[in-house]
Amino acid sequence: MNRGKAFQNTVIRPDTVRVITPSKGWRSLNLRELLAYRELLGLLVWRDVSVRYKQSIVGIGWAIVQPIMTMILFTIIFGRFANLPSDGIPYPIFTYCALLPWNYFARSLGDSSDSLVGSSHLITKVYFPRLVLPISKAFSGLIDFSIAFIFLLGMMIWYRIPPTLGIFLLPFFIGIALLAALGAGFWFTALNVKYRDIKFVVPFIVQFWMYASPVAYSTSIIPERWRLLYGLNPMVGVIEGFRWALLGKEPPKIEMILIPLIIIMCVFVSGLYYFKKMERTFADII
Amino acid sequence: MTSVVTLENLGKKYRLGQTHNDLLSEKIGNGVRALYQSLSGTKPLPGGEVQAEKGKEKEFWALKDVNLSVQKGEVVGIIGRNGAGKSTLLKILSRITEPTTGKITIVGRVGSLLEVGTGFHPELTGRENIFLNGAILGMSKAEIRGKFDEIVAFSEIGKFLDTPVKRYSSGMFVRLAFAVAAHLESEILIVDEVLAVGDSTFQKKCLGKMQDVSKGGRTVLFVSHNMTAIRELCERTVWLNSGQIVCMGKTREIVSRYLQENTRSVKEQIWLDARTAPGNEKVRLRLARLVARGEDSTINVHTPLDVELEYWNLVPGTELNLSLHLYNLEGTCVFNSNSSPHVYPAGLIRDVCHIPGDLLNDGVYRVMVMVDQDKSFGIYTHDDVLVFDVLDAEREINWYGKWPGLVRPNLKWTTEYVDRPETV
Repeated sequence: MNRGKAFQNTVIRPDTVRVITPSKGWRSLNLRELLAYRELLGLLVWRDVSVRYKQSIVGIGWAIVQPIMTMILFTIIFGRFANLPSDGIPYPIFTYCALLPWNYFARSLGDSSDSLVGSSHLITKVYFPRLVLPISKAFSGLIDFSIAFIFLLGMMIWYRIPPTLGIFLLPFFIGIALLAALGAGFWFTALNVKYRDIKFVVPFIVQFWMYASPVAYSTSIIPERWRLLYGLNPMVGVIEGFRWALLGKEPPKIEMILIPLIIIMCVFVSGLYYFKKMERTFADII
Repeated sequence: MTSVVTLENLGKKYRLGQTHNDLLSEKIGNGVRALYQSLSGTKPLPGGEVQAEKGKEKEFWALKDVNLSVQKGEVVGIIGRNGAGKSTLLKILSRITEPTTGKITIVGRVGSLLEVGTGFHPELTGRENIFLNGAILGMSKAEIRGKFDEIVAFSEIGKFLDTPVKRYSSGMFVRLAFAVAAHLESEILIVDEVLAVGDSTFQKKCLGKMQDVSKGGRTVLFVSHNMTAIRELCERTVWLNSGQIVCMGKTREIVSRYLQENTRSVKEQIWLDARTAPGNEKVRLRLARLVARGEDSTINVHTPLDVELEYWNLVPGTELNLSLHLYNLEGTCVFNSNSSPHVYPAGLIRDVCHIPGDLLNDGVYRVMVMVDQDKSFGIYTHDDVLVFDVLDAEREINWYGKWPGLVRPNLKWTTEYVDRPETV
């Protein structure tokens, strides 16, 4: 008998026997159980998106309005006044193309970092694998992303810029952004349950992160000797990847993708284990 | 008889102070301070000692050494005061929190109803919330779709099904929420105080549904403060207090004992020191005690009672007797009875008043005792020397209202059928 380990069946039948005992230390990720709750995950995503758009005047247009407004602001301040280079591509689409994955990342990171405390009313009353919460936030962000993407396609037609073959790798790049946001999200949301000041740190981190990513400017302004360090930021590779796929820039260097990917995977996996370990305390502390 | 829920030595400990009020900034600050102090060899300053409190963390056992075995198809009630650990027990069974010690073995699916309307979102319509709430409770989409019409019918929401729930009255909200929860199909059902919401019509409906559930052979664990509901639904009841099981057994008995315990009754008072005992220069009370002379220590309308009274006579040669007055909760005197007067020397006198069973109606009573001298005037009066609760007993008839009357004697009736009259 597994001493000290909670035995969780994923598909429980009328005759299934379960034994619950106190668990200590690291727990198994129990991905099978998570899979069994995929319907709930889908419903939570649908709920977030429905509610978001039912509550606003612009409705679903909000997914486009926000990046457009940012794009206009950046074009005026950074493109025109500061005259930052945009590598031969018209500044508005140059920055919008980066805003797309960036907004997705920032939103997913912010939402998933607050997912546990934000659903404390559920956590204290019902059982489901708590991982469902941050994961649902990462997926609901994809809906907004898709809508804003349609507008980007429109912009590409307007500027007459054809996409490159890299367009088939777009899901891969967005996947990196997802893993990065979730990995950090797991850590933040688990920590936030116990240390409530984390909630104030996250927006600051996101803000800082944006300036450390080539959203408003091109990577070309970073001096050569800092490029590698700069490239450790996973969003650099993602944004460069987007600009290559959609706007015809040269592709990002392979080390700008692989090295941050390794870092992200470490953060992601460690975040998962830390989350699972702390899961048993959530309902007690929240 | 298989046990579907077995609890062995179950315990749950909380650490006081282990809440979300920690600040990471504080922890980091303390860490940095501690590091600096250890490096520079300086003594810690007062006020920087958050670390030292680690050993002093107070513990609180919400549940301790709970052992329980629930058989398939049983309906078990769990009662106790607020803070007794009932909700904690249900949370552990629902896997919301983990036990600290012990082992739980569960056979079959568990459906938990700890709250009505968990996850309901005000912006979504009734229809959408049925799916959302059902999924949160553990039902699959196919299951919800299959039962959708039943759920809607039970909730009596009617045409408001596609209106956002924020427009619902609180009654509609509760009806819809309960309708979803009532269709949870699991072998074991765990219910926490859910029947405390809604108006009386709704509560009757819920009670009815719960009865159907229990008749259907499902195992139910039911926590409630509503003793009527507990008596109606549960065969067996567990009484929890301060995290431990006080007793468990047949519902009627356990609920009676629980109710009795929770009335602030005074069944005994003793004053051993004659100098400080209540009284005056003539008499001093020593003892007042109520003894139930029924089959067990519970007091109901059938139980004969003995009121034992002891007092010191300080003036030899006085003719004394006791006068007992019994008052009900409204302050009405139910009866007054006196002992026979005697002339006593100085010393301790003991009187016992025997109140027969089947005299008193159910309710709370207060005893006032008076010491009379010379059969004519009272020389000492003591109010509320005893307070006790007489409980209603099982009835043969099917009517459950409050029995009228100050007294409730079991009088003898003679009945005969007289021949039918010649004329009408």
